[in-house]
Amino acid sequence: MRRRERLSVVANDPVGPYSLIRVERGGLEPGIPGQFFMLEAPARPLPRPMSLCLAPPGELSFLLEAIGPGTQALAAVEPGDELHVFGPLGNGYRLDVEKPLLVGGGIGVAPFPYLSEQLGNPPAVLGFRSDWHAEAAALVPNAEVVVEPTLVTERLRPGHDVLACGPEPMLEAVRELAPDAQLAWEAPMACGYGACYGCSVEIDGVLQRLCVAGPVLEAA
Amino acid sequence: MIVNASGCLDALEAPEVARALDVFVTKTVTPLPREGNRPVRIAETEAGMLNSIGLENPGIDGLLNDKLPRLAEIGVPLWVSVGGFAAADYAQLCTALDDRPEVTGIELNLSCPNVEEAPESAAELVAAARPQTEKPLYAKLSPAATDLPETARAVQAAGADGLSLVNTIRGLALDDQTLQPRLGHELGGYSGPALKPIALAAVYQCYRATGLPIVGMGGIATGRDALEFLAAGASSIALGTVLFSDPDAPGRVRRELAHELEERGLSAAEDATGLAHGSRPATVA
Repeated sequence: MRRRERLSVVANDPVGPYSLIRVERGGLEPGIPGQFFMLEAPARPLPRPMSLCLAPPGELSFLLEAIGPGTQALAAVEPGDELHVFGPLGNGYRLDVEKPLLVGGGIGVAPFPYLSEQLGNPPAVLGFRSDWHAEAAALVPNAEVVVEPTLVTERLRPGHDVLACGPEPMLEAVRELAPDAQLAWEAPMACGYGACYGCSVEIDGVLQRLCVAGPVLEAA
Repeated sequence: MIVNASGCLDALEAPEVARALDVFVTKTVTPLPREGNRPVRIAETEAGMLNSIGLENPGIDGLLNDKLPRLAEIGVPLWVSVGGFAAADYAQLCTALDDRPEVTGIELNLSCPNVEEAPESAAELVAAARPQTEKPLYAKLSPAATDLPETARAVQAAGADGLSLVNTIRGLALDDQTLQPRLGHELGGYSGPALKPIALAAVYQCYRATGLPIVGMGGIATGRDALEFLAAGASSIALGTVLFSDPDAPGRVRRELAHELEERGLSAAEDATGLAHGSRPATVA
């Protein structure tokens, strides 16, 4: 059941160029891997959607990349700061897969540490644009890491159940090679719970709200 | 009375939020289904946000046959927001809603900034809708009208029972790097905290111009904001953009408003309506 609470920041750890924001869990449930939370972005009008990265006892952690004013404000939080957090929201990954393979690109690895834990540390193929960015792979057990110009799609193995998250071109390429893959998409969101109609993306030929139809969708 | 601004809440996805309101106002419905505008549809700015949803809705048949029965089960009074592209659309929509007991009021969206406007004036649209229904008709106006009090008087003369003030105001946001419009539809409707003084002025002026009941909205995020809208002349307030960041806003704003009223020795919200006008008469020709 989703809830919104004001939670204390426990730590803000750098992971390569990314920030791992750790907050007290409060009364929030971690949900299913691939679900997301709306995190208050200090001094900004709107919160930001973040998939859950890790769920250690008593905590929730979110891996983010500071790419705009909201994520920059979040990347600047310090222990003791308080943030409103609302979730879990949306639909996560189906975990009833026989031979999982996690395929991620860049900040798209964010949901994988929690997903990997829930699936018993399956193999993963993670792609990054530099060795510095690739430091985030340390959060995911059993990960094979590729750095550009090598692409994750060059390392896809047949016969696996692919669970992917990453930039749109990567997801499109994965979908071509693995038509049964589960793909976690991204879109700008104002609310995360179906209120704003801002995150509509074309799914099966029609515009649907990613926050309620996704963010994890079947590729086919 | 605390309601939601049309298009800022889906009661079927968040019935618990809708139940914290006194009335749920639907997203604007048009005669035919609309897919809405292509993404990107929202852009945050320093003091608010732009949207260009473009009246995505299932059409009046989809509302009546599918959504309305489910909305009625939530147990909160319903207003339906209607929009169109000609006076005949407003007439048709009000006719279709008139015999639906689930609907306690109709808001005429006369001012969506994201679609082409009907060729008729706001007053002509109200005049077309009025004979079709006995339900209360609220006219939702844009703050961008050249002479908003005059428009308000005209829709009053055409039979509006109240005013919803204000809709979003047209805005533009450019990408930092490319300097291209951030929204797929280029221009959007601007809402949030920056809209508040503009909306307050609209409520203030239209209260004096008409004396009609007003649902005030535009950047309301706290009980203090709500109190100011009441003082400017609103009898109800609507929450819009704040619902995106705080789904608990209805209950919170209600508590904060009660505290604000109590601190001023006011026993009810209606005692605050119009306080900003001092002893001046509510209606000035």
